[in-house]
Amino acid sequence: MLTVRVWRGKTEGGYSRYEVPRLASQTVLDVVTHIQRHLEPSLSYRFACRVGMCGSCAMTVNGVARWTCRTHVAKVVDARGELEIAPLANLPVIKDLATDMREFFDKWARGKGRFQGNRTRHDDFATVRPASAERAAANAGIECIGCGVCYASCDVVAWRPEFLGPAALNRSWTLVNDVRDVQQTERLRAVAGDAGCHACHTQGSCTERCPKHIAPTLGIAGLKRRVARAAVRGELKP
Amino acid sequence: MSATTSAAEIAAATGGGSAAAVAQARRWYWQRISAMVLAVCVLVHLVVIVYAVRGGLSADEILGRTRGNWGFAAFYAVFVVASAVHVPVGIANIAREWGGLGEGAAAWLGRAFALLLLVMGLRAVVAVVT
Amino acid sequence: MKLRSDARAHRHPAWWAFALHRLSGLALAVFLPLHFWALGRALHGNAALDGFLRFADRPLFKFAEWGLVVLLALHMTGGVRLLLIEFGPWSGLRKNWIAAAAGAAALAGLAFALALVV
Repeated sequence: MLTVRVWRGKTEGGYSRYEVPRLASQTVLDVVTHIQRHLEPSLSYRFACRVGMCGSCAMTVNGVARWTCRTHVAKVVDARGELEIAPLANLPVIKDLATDMREFFDKWARGKGRFQGNRTRHDDFATVRPASAERAAANAGIECIGCGVCYASCDVVAWRPEFLGPAALNRSWTLVNDVRDVQQTERLRAVAGDAGCHACHTQGSCTERCPKHIAPTLGIAGLKRRVARAAVRGELKP
Repeated sequence: MSATTSAAEIAAATGGGSAAAVAQARRWYWQRISAMVLAVCVLVHLVVIVYAVRGGLSADEILGRTRGNWGFAAFYAVFVVASAVHVPVGIANIAREWGGLGEGAAAWLGRAFALLLLVMGLRAVVAVVT
Repeated sequence: MKLRSDARAHRHPAWWAFALHRLSGLALAVFLPLHFWALGRALHGNAALDGFLRFADRPLFKFAEWGLVVLLALHMTGGVRLLLIEFGPWSGLRKNWIAAAAGAAALAGLAFALALVV
């Protein structure tokens, strides 16, 4: 049997203990599902694909943010052979293991994480060379599925509530490298400052934990350089 | 649930727009430029420390090397100025993130520290060279 | 309400590099004004500086000085790592440089200790 402590609550909460049958090749999501189906029907949690594609099942497992569907119990049990499951850090808890991700996505918008082009269907296709440095840089970051693991892993997000966070800044970096986008100056303004790239202290937890092996640290360093260059050239002034 | 953030909310969150962005960019690159200067200064200083500390420290030995030594004065003046640029940025960040200070208070702490290091540091250079 | 990460989330090299870099920077920042004050004693003549040096010639002080030398080497080498991450071609979190920082700190510490004792 496996002892599992699961965080339960809303604005306040604590850990409840459950004993779950231990199986071979068991994932943490299997454990949470078992608890909800057989032991605690009122447990709230999120999942969708259960095969590591959607990122919905991200939770804090033994203190570390992970995709529970891709985390084998055998790999993460602590020294006492126990599991501790909690909602993702740095996000408001709705109930139990489900968090409110609005601020996470609002920050994508604040970082100008939305593409803005100036061609219409009547214009020629834009030309983007796949082998160009910009496209390579953008490609390295576009696989992000917005799971929130990096955001939950970042201490600066906890220390500075306005900090856009690794995912939003990574998304902005991919767009900074999109040669078709026409709001680059506004974007650089949006990602500069203490809410933006300058607050990153290269702790690297985002890069260490990203299940898609994206490196927001890289993109944020790139944003720092771009913002500096634009500032020096007077491009950031209104 | 709001799908978009209003322009007013965005403006408030990005803290003052372009002026703030330029100021932060400056703080960032001045801290990195001073860091590069300090990397060289610190390397030299570590060598000097290890040399000077042999056989114990004495004022006569130290001041015998530094008095009238204008090369020494120039090097350490640069070291002091670079430190006065570099240290306060980190101090302000720590004050903000761990000390619970607000934006303005942390900035003033940084400036105060910069002044402290500049004044005391240049005074120390003058003290050992003249 | 939001949950916060605890120490278990910090068990990776780049995080320890950050923590050491910040703490060493803080220690050095606190030390600097004292260092400048001590050197400033020379304004009152050699004897004034010597008075301080003799006061500082005790094991606790020498240990603190050794510690500061180690922290200085750590902070500098860790800083070079950050400059490489921010300006150099991307090569991950430069964990080899974390090792190099530890090595440089050990080297500086050893050199200082030897100079003191030998």
